[in-house]
Amino acid sequence: MDSEDKPAENYVEKPKTLAELRAGIVAGTTKATELAASYYERIEKKNPRLNVYLCLTKERALEQAAKVDDAVAKGDPLGVLAGIPVGIKDVLVMRGAPATAGSKILQGYRPPYDATAVSRLEAAGAVLLGKLNCDEFAMGSSTENSAYGPVRNPIDTERVPGGSSGGSAAAVAANLAVATLGSDTGGSIRQPASFCGVVGVLPTYGRVSRYGLIAYASSLDRVGPFAANVRDAATMLSVIAGHDPQDATSSPAPVPDYAAESDKPVKGLRIGVPAEYFAEGLDPEVRVAIEAGIAALKAAGCAIKPVALPNTRYAVPVYYLIATAEASANLARFDGVRYGPRSKDSATLADMYRHSREEGFGAEVKRRILLGTYALSAGYYDAYYLKAQQVRRLLAEEYLRAFAEVDAIVTPTAPTAAFKLGEKTGDPLAMYLADIYTVTASLAGICGVTVPCGATKAGLPVGMQVLAAHLNEAAAFRVARAVEAAGRI
Amino acid sequence: MEDVERVAELAHLELKPEETPAMLRDLNAILDYVAQLNELDTTGVTPLAQVSELGSGLGSELQEGAGVSVLRADLPVPSLDRAAVMPQAPETDGAFFKVPKVIER
Repeated sequence: MDSEDKPAENYVEKPKTLAELRAGIVAGTTKATELAASYYERIEKKNPRLNVYLCLTKERALEQAAKVDDAVAKGDPLGVLAGIPVGIKDVLVMRGAPATAGSKILQGYRPPYDATAVSRLEAAGAVLLGKLNCDEFAMGSSTENSAYGPVRNPIDTERVPGGSSGGSAAAVAANLAVATLGSDTGGSIRQPASFCGVVGVLPTYGRVSRYGLIAYASSLDRVGPFAANVRDAATMLSVIAGHDPQDATSSPAPVPDYAAESDKPVKGLRIGVPAEYFAEGLDPEVRVAIEAGIAALKAAGCAIKPVALPNTRYAVPVYYLIATAEASANLARFDGVRYGPRSKDSATLADMYRHSREEGFGAEVKRRILLGTYALSAGYYDAYYLKAQQVRRLLAEEYLRAFAEVDAIVTPTAPTAAFKLGEKTGDPLAMYLADIYTVTASLAGICGVTVPCGATKAGLPVGMQVLAAHLNEAAAFRVARAVEAAGRI
Repeated sequence: MEDVERVAELAHLELKPEETPAMLRDLNAILDYVAQLNELDTTGVTPLAQVSELGSGLGSELQEGAGVSVLRADLPVPSLDRAAVMPQAPETDGAFFKVPKVIER
């Protein structure tokens, strides 16, 4: 596909750390406006091939950067993310900026408000560069379901970045943002983090407000950060986490200083390893990398213990019934009435709904709406939806029992490293199985961090998934830091 | 085939004739795959619709017993400004969304 004679362009670059950037901004040696401009320059060069950004919010970004520079000049107090360039997955709304959710059905929509996670970032001084490409309505595991073209993996541009937050992961891997926000319903932060060699955080359900997140499956949806290192991801989470009156499911639990928590040593922590996550289907090279990570944790003083999660094999079926059922209800709102394009020339209201949805939704979204509608329909509700909810409880209870014995559980994030563009697009079920290690934590509402943990012989990154109990993000960050530290040696 | 058309109708979707065979094939493959849930005996297991009941501090408004009441005061508060919201719609008169006729004559 890519057969030009010139040497392959390098897209991978590690962003500086938040501490390094902030020190420069506080000292006045780095101007926030110049930093933002340098990111826009790099985006202009690298984005045409990677297709990471769907839109740039330059005016707002430069205005915010100027405010930071002003504050520095006046000696005013600065937020923890003062002047830090970040990107936002295009399922989170930003006031006045086109919001597409990767779908044609929202083309032209400019929401009149900010998502809570977005406004919290900005209140902390972050400079919001633009909106990042993703699978349509966050439905997908490769970002090939975007109506605006696929994102390419910066490490190998013939491969997918994972999904659905592929743009958010690739942006950090290519240094087109220092950190980004994504959303994770069944693995959409963790799996692309693994494929792109960056850190991705699945916060506990309710830890981060969903206000302003375009809903996919409301009992599963989470908003979480990506960053180039664990400490920066932890800082990002501390900024966006916390109770929000706009989201009835958001947790009132106090928000720890996750970065400080991540600094604590791991000696003495009990780490669970579930055999079910190392069974048939796991790529041997991924297994070797993850086992090396586990050995590093042991060397760092962790106690490694087997844990049993015997119902794991049922997680993908449960996930695809529950998520699609909720999606079929959530996506009923896209009907050509309140936002997005309306199909022309429909004589009746019912025709207008149908035609607008037919023209606006892509194949995977239609597939999931149909599956979910079927699972909820009269005669099938008990057999599919209710059954899935019962097994959901069994899966969650398995985790709760395991976390009575261990502080964290480590697994591969995905069964393989990044696959080729087009490799799985013809077979939806094969694509769903890419989520086999991530969906259970989604169903149980627990938290996790994906951290780079070695690579395949071809140089493709492998990510370890570190899971922890509800609201115990601190433990996941500590373990992820230890894995990261071992990788640096 | 009738089934997929009936479900499409329920979902306010219209499949193009050329879309239907592939959609039917994919949906059948997925339904065959999820049928493995029937191996599990779930007699007496209470369905889990959302996770807030699983731990303290989860799902604020459902956890009043946990000592923290975070239910907001039952007072009217302003929502988004209509002047900002209505221009996003394909057709309005400024106060209401306009749609094609509902009743066929």
